[in-house]
Amino acid sequence: MVENVVSIGLFVDERMEIKKNRFVGTEGTGKAKRICIATGIHGDELEGQYVCWELARRIRADISRLKGIVDIYPALNPLGIDAGTRGIPMFDLDMNRIFPGSEDGAVAEHVAAKIIADMEGADLCVDIHSSSPHMRELPQVRLSQATAKQLLPHARLLHMDLVWIHASASTSHATLSHSLNQRGVPTLVVEMGGGMRITRSYGDQLVDGLFHLMAEQGIWGCPVPPFPDPVIATDSHVRKVRADVPGLFLPVAGHNTRLKAGEPLGKIVDALTGEVVSTLSSPCDGLLFTLREYPVVYPGSLLARILGGEGR
Amino acid sequence: MIKETVFELASPYRNDLRVTGYSFGKGAKAACIVGAMRGNEVQQLYVCSQLVQTLGDLEKRGAITGNNRILVIPSINHQAMNVGKRFWASDDSDINRLFPGDSQGETTQRIAAGILDQVQGYSYGIQLASFYMPGDFIPHVRLMDTGHQNASLGTLFGLGYVLLRTPRPYDTTTLNYNWQLQNTHAFSIYTNETDRIDPHSAKEAVASILRFLTRMGILKYHSHGGYISHILKETDLHTVTSGTSGIFRRMVGPGDEARYGDVLAEVIHPYEGHVIHRIFSPTDGLVFFAHRNPLVMENEGVFKLIKRLHS
Ligand SMILES: [Zn+2]
Repeated sequence: MVENVVSIGLFVDERMEIKKNRFVGTEGTGKAKRICIATGIHGDELEGQYVCWELARRIRADISRLKGIVDIYPALNPLGIDAGTRGIPMFDLDMNRIFPGSEDGAVAEHVAAKIIADMEGADLCVDIHSSSPHMRELPQVRLSQATAKQLLPHARLLHMDLVWIHASASTSHATLSHSLNQRGVPTLVVEMGGGMRITRSYGDQLVDGLFHLMAEQGIWGCPVPPFPDPVIATDSHVRKVRADVPGLFLPVAGHNTRLKAGEPLGKIVDALTGEVVSTLSSPCDGLLFTLREYPVVYPGSLLARILGGEGR
Repeated sequence: MIKETVFELASPYRNDLRVTGYSFGKGAKAACIVGAMRGNEVQQLYVCSQLVQTLGDLEKRGAITGNNRILVIPSINHQAMNVGKRFWASDDSDINRLFPGDSQGETTQRIAAGILDQVQGYSYGIQLASFYMPGDFIPHVRLMDTGHQNASLGTLFGLGYVLLRTPRPYDTTTLNYNWQLQNTHAFSIYTNETDRIDPHSAKEAVASILRFLTRMGILKYHSHGGYISHILKETDLHTVTSGTSGIFRRMVGPGDEARYGDVLAEVIHPYEGHVIHRIFSPTDGLVFFAHRNPLVMENEGVFKLIKRLHS
């Protein structure tokens, strides 16, 4: 059943509506467990659109196996998705920096509070993000150190390549996931692929994982075949390579390949002079799990992340 | 006056970013003033330009007292201003959400770290700031209520109000907050313009900064006394929202008195022209903030009133 979570009158003859689709299983709505699948907080991150579609399609095709409740929120920032912008277009504001919001706050904060209120009481939530449109990222779950102990058992089930446990910055306290975790809704953040596109293989991988998680929780009544355990990484396993000079980045190493320390990663070139202004190599042995796709770089632009160390 | 490049960043396709600082006087780091950090902060740029001119004259006349150095950085993100963007053009990040920055980090983190390195260690830090909601304010000084701050110092600017803000998680990444962590007394000055120049409120901002510097003994300058500032907490402000969307017609502006039940604004049907909603004052008070956009959304905060404690 499709319902509005929030509806706000825009300036002229239109409403911004944030919708969810609720699937109720054989156990009804009483004591049944509930999972929320949310995405589209960042309007230019579209990998989750495919995941929502495929998840809804598979549930509809096999609805008799559904025991609990699945709430799918494909577009938490519908106007951002429409405009292809990361933030909420009329406020120029990152929606994932305003949670938990407040009922009587500014419009964006009011919207955030309504979303939290709607998800509160769920047994689990998965918030699906893509990497920026500039990057390509292996499918991964990101957990803050504070939540890792509680969330890792769930995160392992999502069929992602990697679970990255990171030290969280204070700004992350205003995210949807932090606010929900604070309110007792275990919330996992998935990050995969890239902005402004859909990587179907990653999406299929995550949908399998979501069914696995739901089966484990008793929401989905069908066993899931075995799958490889993800690599568990912390910040100390991750090495970043950044541009040291401006120019055009031309990678030579392939995404999702294993590199040796010193192996070439790519070069930064100057289109005007024909010179190679910098050559970059891998700082360690490891897996190239993040790679830049957008060629124009400034000093500091992220080019690659490599997962080194034992990482498990 | 010494003009120098305080931060530089190489660009692939346009001129390198050069952040320029003007310093006046000699010796100990007394006060630092930072202007436009976003590409739409034209008023903030203008205020700094007027301040640089005035401080140059005052320095020539020997009005900067001994062992006091003042640094003015009129603009940080003019690369965005030059292409009509608000944030860093190549990745849309807001430099004032990236402090303390990281000299080995992402491009705009490097800019933030480079700027903080130059502006740290001053006794007083003053930022010409802008608000994300479009609207008109009574010009005021804001301080973060971090426990490090002495609110009464804010009254020395002689603007009508000093607003104490309780920091939210995202405030911890602003210049103001990071100044305070390093024991600089930090103030943000809000005038009533951002992307247009209001010469009157710009003049008021320049005068308030000169007044503050004079009262702190950094300048010898005859400034008129300004206002006796009231210190406000955010809880002293009453937000009034619009119950519906449409064309917004404002009846009152910043500084106007409102009585309980007064009509503050009307919302007009965007096609049919008649009034569909009236926004009433919920209290006796003074208008501190008023929505400026001619259109309004449902639930949008359109006024902030200072509640009258007595009549
Ligand atoms: Zn995102």
